[in-house]
Amino acid sequence: MSVQTIAGSPVEVDPEGFLEDPKQWSEGIAEEIAHTNGIDTLTDRHWQVVRFMRTSYLENGSAPSIRSLGKLSGVPIKELYQLFPKGPAKLAAKIGGIPKPRGCI
Amino acid sequence: MRQRIVILGAGTGGTMMANRLRKAHSLDDVEIVVVDRDDDHVYQPGLLFVPFGLARPAEITRPRATQLRNGIDLRRSEIDRVDLDAAAVHLADGAPLAYDTLVIATGAELLPEDTEGMTGPGWGERVFTFYEPAGAQGLAAALASFPGGRLVVNLVDMPIKCPVAPLEFAFLADWYLHDRGIREDVELTFVTPLDGAFTKPLASQRLSSLLDEKRIELVTEFAAGEVDGAGGRLVSYDEREVPFDLLVTVPLHGGPAYVGRSPGLGDELGFVQTDPYTLQSKTASNVFAIGDATNLPTSKAGSVTHFEADVLADNIGRFMDGRPLEGGFDGHANCFVETGFKKALLIDFNYDTEPLPGRFPGAAGPLPLLAESRLNHMGKLMFQWFYWHVLLPGRDIPGIPTQMSMAGKRPAVGADPGG
Repeated sequence: MSVQTIAGSPVEVDPEGFLEDPKQWSEGIAEEIAHTNGIDTLTDRHWQVVRFMRTSYLENGSAPSIRSLGKLSGVPIKELYQLFPKGPAKLAAKIGGIPKPRGCI
Repeated sequence: MRQRIVILGAGTGGTMMANRLRKAHSLDDVEIVVVDRDDDHVYQPGLLFVPFGLARPAEITRPRATQLRNGIDLRRSEIDRVDLDAAAVHLADGAPLAYDTLVIATGAELLPEDTEGMTGPGWGERVFTFYEPAGAQGLAAALASFPGGRLVVNLVDMPIKCPVAPLEFAFLADWYLHDRGIREDVELTFVTPLDGAFTKPLASQRLSSLLDEKRIELVTEFAAGEVDGAGGRLVSYDEREVPFDLLVTVPLHGGPAYVGRSPGLGDELGFVQTDPYTLQSKTASNVFAIGDATNLPTSKAGSVTHFEADVLADNIGRFMDGRPLEGGFDGHANCFVETGFKKALLIDFNYDTEPLPGRFPGAAGPLPLLAESRLNHMGKLMFQWFYWHVLLPGRDIPGIPTQMSMAGKRPAVGADPGG
């Protein structure tokens, strides 16, 4: 664990840059993490997914998989990959300030 | 008053539960009704061997009825839906079947139609799944006449039944092609949505090096979105492509459709929302789930179902007596992993402990964990006998406890326990 300054706030992050404490998150932090990961602007569609991920995590203690995200977030899987290239679930989790989704089982 | 337990599904979990509950409760106290849509009980681990001519579907299939003890009422019907409020199951012919306690054991279903193009041109010709008997048999014929080229093994996304089976298929294919004398003419590729060969770190490392030793190419983080059977291309959502001459796929899995028609019962994939320790439904106290039908974060595998059955039979007794349930299930899984050339690995793990190296069962046990051995392969082959004669009748396997034991395991120092 290390402390990093994102959008002017010191936050605790894991070695891959996921926030350790979802409470330290802010919209400004989300924007900056998005920029560092190659997303210029967070559109309404991005926010829909990021907020959905965050709410699911805070309510259930785990973040949804891509398949569940495609069924529940209102954004189809193909578009999720356009919005969050390479790994929608991981990247949306990182931007949403929640821990890395665990590929369990 | 006589209680009625209804069990949906007469596969691994339903059969074990019916037999355990029949042993535990007298006919005067408890009526047991089991519902299934057909009478073919398939020993599913045996499907892995069918494509290589090492088993035929008929040899791994038995009638469901003969696996059940006397005093169990087996009804053959499709299920329309479960009405949790009325405590009744609606069968396909419309007749409601009331229950005092319900056990959901209807497993997971294959959803090949959910991946674009998978069941289109080439399905059953150059695109196969060995996860059901007809596909496994079709693949046997395709492999026997395979002239060489690109053989691709892909799992579309988790969760799937027996998460190690696609890897086992790749290992056995390497052996089979070697024996056929055409291994040099085949480019064998394993394509997975995971970031490694397997989900848990130490096992993933070990299995990756086995892929490497066998010259099986590993393509990771590949979220398959489309199968182009005519063009021989597997295409990911982020537009990467893997070409194939023969594609062996493990389609998406979901719960059976009736779960989706039963408000409150399942999650978005149709798996029953289940307490991970007691196996009680999260939405109805008189409903329980076992095996592949649950949404639990452990493997969908027969060994898991067997360990669950021990906990669940006890908890259903407690529930009927009005006593508190026990959270005795720990996610325990125990799987032989065939690696080809008559060898296999063994992995033993649970919710909190990833597969570790060592010996099994216990430090003096004969079976090496996370290492190849002939004895593990013998264990895998013997398991079918245990399945029909020990597991299904609802007996315990001597020396194998329900809860995972650390005895004989060598924990990695400072390692992430995995999850």
